[in-house]
Amino acid sequence: MDTAYAYFVSMSIRHGLLALLQRGPSHGYHLRAEFDAATGATWPLNVGQVYSTLDRLERDGLVVQDGEPDSDGRIAYRITDVGQAELRGWFASPVSAKSAPRDELAIKLALAVTTPGVDVLRVVQTQRTATMAGLQELTRLKTRVPDDGELAWSLVLDSLVFRAEAEIRWLDHCEARVARAAAERRSAAPEQPAPATAPLPSGKWGRR
Amino acid sequence: MSAAVLRLSGVTREHGQGDVVVQALRGVDLAVLPGELVAVMGPSGSGKSTLLHLAGGLDRPTSGSVVVEGRDLATLTAAQVAAVRRRSVGYVFQDLNLLPSLTAVENVALPLELDGVRGGMARRAAREALDEVGVGALAGRFPDEMSGGQQQRVAIARALVGPRRLLLADEPTGALDSTTGEEVLRVLRARCEAGAAGVLVTHEARHAAWADRVVFLRDGVVVDQSGPAAAAESLLPAGGVG
Repeated sequence: MDTAYAYFVSMSIRHGLLALLQRGPSHGYHLRAEFDAATGATWPLNVGQVYSTLDRLERDGLVVQDGEPDSDGRIAYRITDVGQAELRGWFASPVSAKSAPRDELAIKLALAVTTPGVDVLRVVQTQRTATMAGLQELTRLKTRVPDDGELAWSLVLDSLVFRAEAEIRWLDHCEARVARAAAERRSAAPEQPAPATAPLPSGKWGRR
Repeated sequence: MSAAVLRLSGVTREHGQGDVVVQALRGVDLAVLPGELVAVMGPSGSGKSTLLHLAGGLDRPTSGSVVVEGRDLATLTAAQVAAVRRRSVGYVFQDLNLLPSLTAVENVALPLELDGVRGGMARRAAREALDEVGVGALAGRFPDEMSGGQQQRVAIARALVGPRRLLLADEPTGALDSTTGEEVLRVLRARCEAGAAGVLVTHEARHAAWADRVVFLRDGVVVDQSGPAAAAESLLPAGGVG
């Protein structure tokens, strides 16, 4: 159990750092502060974790050192093409309820909205579809419990059902917030006026 | 493999004209087979209700086709569409499903009688339909003598009485508590497993999860779907194996 959790944490730090480096080259100390800012400090890292993760990312070819150390001896890192592909794969795949504590989803969305070039609504929908598939599976299990069936088992199923439902509702909420923020950005950017008659929107799911 | 009871192909529905055109649906494809329950999920304004109205012949698409039991509604006269609605389509709404002055069995028999079926036969069919949803004992009760869950069961019986096998449900558990709502969904699901084709419109994930397939609608476009039936459907060519 502890091993699995440690594995999850290390994998998520890897992807988190890659997401931050997608914004541009940075060094470990700065990355740590950025990570805390992006995830609301719900999941604080220490500098040692950051540097050991950067070492492993460099070993695996996902980042490279960007130039010489600065006057304080700090080394900046830059994401490679391989690293970018790894990051795209992470954002494109839903978080599994079985493999990871659910925090990973919140972390992933927090990073998705702050990483350039990520289609946040697609990340949300990918997760929603996966969570819904799980919810359908749980509901199918429920249909096999007869009405007078084992109460305890059906209550356990219900707890999983309600948890999955809560996650989907939260995803709906995230989607609405992201869509509203995008609309506000559009209206605050007069150099890109929306075509008055265009039926097709530029955004993924379009306008309201 | 049996033919779809309901098939929407490239359905677009626009409201308004010129600069103020609003597209309620854009190029929606959806097929529902007998024995299948499909949930349509989306926030308000996503086009769910428009989709249901089009499927039931209550509205017409701007372009694309709606085919119910093999009949393209666009090629029919208004009277013919009304006949398809009476004979092929049943609705279950959130509430106000039943006429308060009629008993359960009279409510269920009503669509058959309106379609010219003789009273005795219509009542026999209505009793069978009530038995199938587990409220046969309540046949003589008036709606206000039944619980909300019992009323929704009667509404499902009425929606599927006689030869009708396309059931369109719009938030049918909206006014019910979670346990009663679940019983209604169980009945809905059982009727679909017995051969009906169901479309369930809802914004509740927990309710949508009773479906074989969940279609996600956003701003009039199907953005994704989940469920094993979707994969099977898209893998099989039209008129494929089985």
